[in-house]
Amino acid sequence: MSIKRYSIPFLFIAPSLLLFFVFCFIPIIVAFFTSLTDWGLGGASFVGFRNYVELAGDPLFLRSLKNTLYFTFVGMPLSVLSGLVAAILLNSSLVKLKTLFRTGFFLPVVTNLVACGVVWRWLYNPQYGVIKWFFELFKISSPNWLGDPRWAMPSIILMATWRNFGYSMVIFLAGLQSIPRRFYEAATVDGADSFRSFIHVTLPLLKPTTVFVCIITTIGYFQLFAEPYVMTNQGGPVNSTLSIVLYLYKNGFKFFRFGYASAIAYVLFFIIFIFSLFQLRFIRHTVEY
Amino acid sequence: MRDFRRVIIYVILIVAFIATLTPFAWMAISSFKTQENIFTFPPRWIPEDPTVSSYLELFQRMAFPVHLRNSIIVTVSVTILVLFLSSLSGYAFAKLRFPGRQRLFVLFLVTMMVPAQVTTIPVFLLLKRLGLLNNYLGLILPAGASAFGIFLLRQYMQAIPDSLLDAARIDGCSEFRIYRSIVLPLCMPAIAALAIFTFMGTWNDFFWPLIIMTHESMYTLPVALANLNAGQYATKYNLLMAGSVVVTTPVVLLFVFMQRYFIQGIALTGMRS
Repeated sequence: MSIKRYSIPFLFIAPSLLLFFVFCFIPIIVAFFTSLTDWGLGGASFVGFRNYVELAGDPLFLRSLKNTLYFTFVGMPLSVLSGLVAAILLNSSLVKLKTLFRTGFFLPVVTNLVACGVVWRWLYNPQYGVIKWFFELFKISSPNWLGDPRWAMPSIILMATWRNFGYSMVIFLAGLQSIPRRFYEAATVDGADSFRSFIHVTLPLLKPTTVFVCIITTIGYFQLFAEPYVMTNQGGPVNSTLSIVLYLYKNGFKFFRFGYASAIAYVLFFIIFIFSLFQLRFIRHTVEY
Repeated sequence: MRDFRRVIIYVILIVAFIATLTPFAWMAISSFKTQENIFTFPPRWIPEDPTVSSYLELFQRMAFPVHLRNSIIVTVSVTILVLFLSSLSGYAFAKLRFPGRQRLFVLFLVTMMVPAQVTTIPVFLLLKRLGLLNNYLGLILPAGASAFGIFLLRQYMQAIPDSLLDAARIDGCSEFRIYRSIVLPLCMPAIAALAIFTFMGTWNDFFWPLIIMTHESMYTLPVALANLNAGQYATKYNLLMAGSVVVTTPVVLLFVFMQRYFIQGIALTGMRS
């Protein structure tokens, strides 16, 4: 009786469950054990935590870690902040044509990342690029953007900000619209002007939304891959845009060092986990109103 | 004062709007130039003699029809599979009782937090063992179980009153019939949002097809474009821009026409989790 009763719910979830275990749950565990081997083209033997020890002293990995942190912690605030500004401006009662602006700002988000990279490589072209032209309008000479080790990462950050601020904007708009009007009415009664009610009402009530946007953006930014793959010829110049996932890709699918690549994946997982936890903790302490 | 503020806001918005759309405009303009007159400085915003020769080269002399077909096959299959499997499981998690329901659901959600790169190596080795490299199934099957889709549809289905389903059960409807004839039609907004997200995510995916599809005849459009960008065509910007237009257009059109579902979906899922 009970087998028959549960067989129907089981049939409903069985296909998802099968694919989920085969392609997600079991591989997560297998990846950890793979990271404890030297699995490569020649076979595999157990090496304990040697891959992780090697990573800690691998200058290219440390470079990719540094680059990824640079990209994330400069790029994330930029795209979140510009998304917030766009949302606040669009939310103003003074603005018409909101849908038009919103559509335009959101368009880069749905655009294929490879296409974005290819187009921006053309925009950044040091001889014929639109960006060089734009700077020269103001009589400023521009650097060799993607070709200069100091400017390559900032160039990618600018492109990523352009591509992602629309996403933050849409979530901030939803957050702004969920703030009850009565809070603003109360602030007005208390004599607050619009600037002060923004500081004391809008910003505090927007905190959960902000933390959410920051976490989602951080997770996405840590997985930086397509931009340097496409724009700087897989991490150049002189590894100045080599990211963690790019290094993982090269180890796994160029050098076929599956064990080492799995160890990189787990380090990435660990870093993302720690930062998400850290940001979540921040929300728990502050959302009380 | 009010008017002054209004002007300031509009100036900022319009400048930002132009800056955001310029890359798109430049992509489209450049794609209609010839190899000879693409390199001009200062940039020419109106092409001298616009031509579709770049598109013709992509589609007649290069393998873009094949890449386009690959992208369509994979994207359509993944979208159908994800909608079907997620709605089945979403229904079970929302409305059916079985042992371990809660724990399984939490397991699904927790694995959503694990970055996709962690499973890359084992799944690649598994697909290689199964002979599914350079095979559509290698892209379709791993994408089939979507924790996000199950979560989204379960949330939506929980709002359907149990009394409605019980009435159908008393009338002798099977669970599958209830799912198909009552639950699915009521969930259309959520299903539409999930369909758009899945279509867009699969169409734009780059990392996984790059790993699984190593034969040129199996490349999806993003992989083909990245390949064009790195090889002997790296400076043929007219071709590269035409390729970018081809990759970009379907999703941009989908977004522009379905943006109500799109933005609602993002705001919904964004706020809930």
